[in-house]
Amino acid sequence: RTKTQNFCRNEYNLTGLCNRSSCPLANSQYATIREEKGRCYLYMKTIERAAFPRRLWERVLLSKNYEKALEEIDENLIYWPRFIRHKCKQRFTKITQYLIRIRKLTLKRQRKLVPLRRKIERREKRREEKALIAAQLDNAIEKELLERLKQDTYGDIYNFPIHAFDKALQQQDAESESESDAEKEEEDDEDTDNREFVEADDSDLSDFEDMDKLETSSEEEQEKEEEVEKKASHSKSKGKTPLKGPARRKRPYIEIEYEEETEPTTKTKAA
Amino acid sequence: EKLAAKKKRRKEREALGDKAPPKAIPKTIENQRVYDETTVDPNDEEVAFDEATDEFAPYFNRQTVPKILITTSDRPRGRTVRFCEQLSSVIPNSHVYYRRGLALKRIIPQCIARDFTDLIVINEDRKIPNGLVLSHLPDGPTAHFRMSSVRLRKEIKQKGKEPTEHVPEVILNNFTTRLGHSVGRMFASLFPHDPQFIGRQVATFHNQRDYIFFRFHRYIFKSEKKVGIQELGPRFTLKLRSLQKGTFDSKFGEYEWIHKRREMDTNRRKFHL
Repeated sequence: RTKTQNFCRNEYNLTGLCNRSSCPLANSQYATIREEKGRCYLYMKTIERAAFPRRLWERVLLSKNYEKALEEIDENLIYWPRFIRHKCKQRFTKITQYLIRIRKLTLKRQRKLVPLRRKIERREKRREEKALIAAQLDNAIEKELLERLKQDTYGDIYNFPIHAFDKALQQQDAESESESDAEKEEEDDEDTDNREFVEADDSDLSDFEDMDKLETSSEEEQEKEEEVEKKASHSKSKGKTPLKGPARRKRPYIEIEYEEETEPTTKTKAA
Repeated sequence: EKLAAKKKRRKEREALGDKAPPKAIPKTIENQRVYDETTVDPNDEEVAFDEATDEFAPYFNRQTVPKILITTSDRPRGRTVRFCEQLSSVIPNSHVYYRRGLALKRIIPQCIARDFTDLIVINEDRKIPNGLVLSHLPDGPTAHFRMSSVRLRKEIKQKGKEPTEHVPEVILNNFTTRLGHSVGRMFASLFPHDPQFIGRQVATFHNQRDYIFFRFHRYIFKSEKKVGIQELGPRFTLKLRSLQKGTFDSKFGEYEWIHKRREMDTNRRKFHL
């Protein structure tokens, strides 16, 4: 129902609105166009047959040709009121147009609407969430990647393989041990050389400041050597006790200081 | 009442100390899963023979290089378009084409003529992608999925750059049954066979309780036993609706498997993939 008009529910109605002039029940002389399975028929009702409900509506098949069908309507509804004739033709036009549209659409792909059931949708959503939590995707992916690493699918790109690393370490340890021994010997030689050098300087220079400078330089050199020595041992200990390494380092530092303190006394004594 | 029982049990365990019985394994749905008779045994010969002769054999023998066509349903909305683009950046050797009302039945012969191996159609509903049709082209099986929880790249909390052009690795998890096996192979056939490990990218299809989760990560090995992954690339979940033998044909296709809601959804412990 619109604001101004009602719709007529009678299937034989010509316009579809409920008016006095377009009600098939109210008018004893009436005509409609209806279509069945794509063919259009003209239905007519006359006063003479008002007593026979079964034979009330007379049916005429209209031709498929649009213009011819219009002529046929005119023929059949000659001497009928203008209103009915006009409305019949209008209705016929509309019907043919929508039939054409139907035929066109069926040729194209049609969208099939599949209704979603709300309950099922909710159930699916819930199950998905639970599955996601159960899946623990990140862990699974990480595990899989580590597996592949173990099985060597990556070849030599990553430098982690344990055995090779250990071997390399051991090699390095062996090298560093021999190195450190050689270094120690060298260091002793150097120290004695330095000491001689320093003592000579001391004797040459009388100034106390200069002596200090020379001492500090000698200190530094010795510190460096000490550090190098300690580094070698540090690398040796790396594989076994990484924690004790830095701790060990601190002790020699302190030792160095002690040595320095005693040195000047010896030097002065020598001097 | 349950809490009381639990407490009691815990006290008993503590009281017994070392002699306590071992902890009970909690029941999960995976543990309780109804045994599916089509579960594939790794040593199953029949299955191995099947796989050597089915439609994916040329791919697994490295005779064909995958070339993929991604398209949508009519009139894709912005989200779907962006999703298509991201998907094409994830899958190497893939092209996105718009569909201006072209019938699928007619696209397929054209695709075969142009040497495409796979076709992906992303179906859209109310501005979000919700369906995926994946068909292996030279007369291969067609799988129809329902897609849910799609996250585009910018919605994922990541700081990674976009996926590079390197060929990613593929991880397929948990595809146990015969059906799952074929679906898994379908996914594998999307990606070229030789992943470039320099790229350090991995695409994962993880099946859990009939839901397939897709993720795309970049990994880095921090040390021997530790790997870090960073999520880049879109993510979505798929649920298999139907699997057809030939290429996409809704009326005359021969369905290998359809999800029948009444029968299949009733049991909570029974899964098909």
